[in-house]
Amino acid sequence: MKKAILTGEHFFTGDVACAEGALAAGCRFFGGYPITPATEIAERMASRLPHVGGSYIQMEDEIAAIASVLGASWAGVKSMTATSGPGFSLMMENLGLGICTETPCVIVNVQRGGPSTGLPTQGAQGDMMQSRWGSHGDYEIIVLAPYSPQEIFYQTITAFNLSETYRIPVLIMTDEIVGHMSEKVIIPDSRKVKTISRTAPKGRKDRFRLFEPGPNGVAPMPAAGQGYNVHVTGLTHDEKGYPVMTVDTQVEMMDRLTGKIRNNLDDIIMTESYMMDDAEIVLVSYGVSARTCLAAVDQARKSGIKAGMFRLITVWPFPEEEIKKIAERVKGFITVEMNLGQIHREVQRCVGGKVPAVLVGHHGGTIIPPEDVLKKMKETF
Amino acid sequence: MTNIQDNKKEVVITGFGGQGIVLAGTILGKAAALGDHRESTLVQSYGPESRGGACSAQVVISDTIIFYPYIKTPDVLVCMSQGGYDKYIGDLPDDGILIIDHDLVKAKRKVKEFYSISATRIAEELGRKMMANIIMIGFVTAVTKIISMDAAQDTVVKSVPKGTEEMNLKAFNRGSDYGLSVLKGREKKAEGRTGAVS
Repeated sequence: MKKAILTGEHFFTGDVACAEGALAAGCRFFGGYPITPATEIAERMASRLPHVGGSYIQMEDEIAAIASVLGASWAGVKSMTATSGPGFSLMMENLGLGICTETPCVIVNVQRGGPSTGLPTQGAQGDMMQSRWGSHGDYEIIVLAPYSPQEIFYQTITAFNLSETYRIPVLIMTDEIVGHMSEKVIIPDSRKVKTISRTAPKGRKDRFRLFEPGPNGVAPMPAAGQGYNVHVTGLTHDEKGYPVMTVDTQVEMMDRLTGKIRNNLDDIIMTESYMMDDAEIVLVSYGVSARTCLAAVDQARKSGIKAGMFRLITVWPFPEEEIKKIAERVKGFITVEMNLGQIHREVQRCVGGKVPAVLVGHHGGTIIPPEDVLKKMKETF
Repeated sequence: MTNIQDNKKEVVITGFGGQGIVLAGTILGKAAALGDHRESTLVQSYGPESRGGACSAQVVISDTIIFYPYIKTPDVLVCMSQGGYDKYIGDLPDDGILIIDHDLVKAKRKVKEFYSISATRIAEELGRKMMANIIMIGFVTAVTKIISMDAAQDTVVKSVPKGTEEMNLKAFNRGSDYGLSVLKGREKKAEGRTGAVS
């Protein structure tokens, strides 16, 4: 056996740091199908997992990859997969199955330019709305967006912790730039890595109900084979897990699926503010585009413009209340993202016309230079 | 571009896929981050093909945290292919440093600080053409001093496949020795002395 947590200083790509974060979080199953620019995550997991008591399976495609991840999770193992746009599209149906069956797992999308095959080796942030609404039906989801190799290490641990806490697939929406860029990554001592595992059921096995919520709205989860009655279906089901095709059951199940997220927003939503105390112009961003914004804020401050950045670490659920509050005290918003305005629309909705909310977007394929943001600031405000 | 306060240096390395351009960038960034205990970022660009396409590595090294990892105006431009030279030479400011593989690149533009080495030919002499990148990194380390020699050598040894450490270190030293002799030669010339380079 080798060490699962590689304590020390490293020079890692975001993809490798993501894999190391997963291992540190306790992930012991990876079901994948390689795709640029996420292949290095699969590669790293394939070489590391067998040495720490885990397993790696390369499946025949991304549909099977996520199916294997859901299965492994029901076998009691923390599980993940990683892909990019085309594979992410294929995973959408089974993502819904994971949500409906309340299956903890982590799915990483290292975004590249789309639609379709698009720009395999170039970054984009064009799948952000797909990460929210890509599977059919109504649901809540948790989506994180790291902006550096160091952060993807920690966010992957957080993703597993949130997924185990709320019994829900958690998505990490990174991009080719963060995935392929190398930077210093410090991995802490293993005692300092906080990990959370799903609550195990207690009490009599014959009285067990698979989806009966605990105090935080989330049901304890047994593994298959432990003697509990485990019936897992994508059909609308009651607390026992059996299909019941009635409106009442649908309402009860949906309230549980969405309630466990909506009632715990304070625990789930993470944001970061940079130079926001006296900011008049707020840059809203996430992922690698936030690095553009940090540089743009510094350049703006040098020329006397009071700019700040509000960074979404959790993109979904969206930090609506925070944006609404900021809108009360600033002159305007600029959303900076490598798509043609996906999160921008959310920002506009929350700002509600109180102040201007504009977009610096890009079609994908290249990072947005800070100069473009600066130009927009001067044009608009 | 150079920011004196942060002692920031921006290096672009270009060539084609298969030359080890990204590994060269990785060694530079890794040596700075882990050996010299500074901050560094490396971003890479390449096409969907695994070999032959245009390829570049951009390395930023600084004493403070680096926000934006892409380079608009490099302090140092290292070219191991004509295509890479043609694409990036316009970005190099007049006080930038240009370094080329002598046999693969024809540099038309005159810049103040210019260095060239036959990295690929020396690698062929050493028996492995694929070590040209390591020779180049040795040369770049010697003439620019953006990373320390100790950190560079240590990182080369840790970054190459097992069993090839000695060979690669030899290649690195060929590049750095040549770089140091070029510097020495220029010093002498500046002092008005002529004669063979020692």
